[in-house]
Amino acid sequence: MHNILNRANALLAFTLWVMAAVTAACFLSTVFLDYTVPTKLTVKDIKVRTIADYATDEQQADLATLSFNLNVDFTKVFNWNVKQLFVYLVAEYNSDNNAVNQVVLWDRIVERANRVVMDEVNVKPKYYFLDDGSNLLKHQNVTFVIRYNVIPNAGYLRLVQSTDQISVPFPTTYTTSRRS
Amino acid sequence: MKFLPDIAMFNEIRQMNIRQLFYQCLNFAMVVSSALMIWKGMMVITGSDSPVVVVLSGSMEPAFYRGDLLLLTNDHEDPVRVGDITVFKVEGREIPIVHRVIKVHEKSADNTKILTKGDNNQVDDRGLYAPGQLWLSRSDVVGRTKGLLPYVGMVTIIMNDYPKLKYAVLAFLGLFVLLHKEN
Repeated sequence: MHNILNRANALLAFTLWVMAAVTAACFLSTVFLDYTVPTKLTVKDIKVRTIADYATDEQQADLATLSFNLNVDFTKVFNWNVKQLFVYLVAEYNSDNNAVNQVVLWDRIVERANRVVMDEVNVKPKYYFLDDGSNLLKHQNVTFVIRYNVIPNAGYLRLVQSTDQISVPFPTTYTTSRRS
Repeated sequence: MKFLPDIAMFNEIRQMNIRQLFYQCLNFAMVVSSALMIWKGMMVITGSDSPVVVVLSGSMEPAFYRGDLLLLTNDHEDPVRVGDITVFKVEGREIPIVHRVIKVHEKSADNTKILTKGDNNQVDDRGLYAPGQLWLSRSDVVGRTKGLLPYVGMVTIIMNDYPKLKYAVLAFLGLFVLLHKEN
């Protein structure tokens, strides 16, 4: 009994098996690798304003502006099972309102074909650094760190934190000038 | 099984005795119940009501394309943090959304303000939330993406786009399992 249907079925089943095995091998060969890279991050020109904000309970919130320099080489991270990186800058701090505050200030998608070495100077954040209240003024311990999400062709989606993080004290007076 | 019409398709089953026929039916039930057990087992292990979702939109491109299959977990011990790709449900929307967390304000594990955004979208998700909703809470999040299998979900998308094909495939598979004799 080797009619056309049997043959087609066997061929399809075998193809699927081979593709599943190759995908699994691709995943297993990369899952135990170390994906951490060192970064060089500096944050400067921090200014804090107080603005009206509808998304907080007090309707008033602290807005911080800043700029940063970032130097990082992602060459080591890319292997055959990395489709893209999602790189993001996080500001992390605690406050009277909240035990944990995390705000993403900037992000960038790095694909295989892109330049994977970053040397960014005087970058302004993409997103507002807006607190959930008025806790940024005089804050002594806001931590800035680069993290990235390694997106594979197939397999585990890994979140990696770069090795160094910096902590910067914030200004003690509000800025009233319009310019950042 | 002499009552079945004399068609080539029924040849194998016409040769069976009653015992073999029962065996075929049990075999069919076995396939169905194994699939159900795998699904329910995954729900228990991952803690998520829907441990597997198919990406339907391009809002997370180039990370996820339409038709990619995502594996989710929903561990309540492990708090939601920025960078996590969450799957969340919004009141009044049938289909859950897969987007990345960009802001977390956590008072306690159960009292957390979460804001999300699609990597490929220009603005955050406040426009997608229910009217007047400014933040997600932990209970809106049904899972977090931990694994990715490309293209596998294409089958589901095609089946949903052409419902007739779905019934045709199901009928064909069902008949094949019932009528085909195991050697």
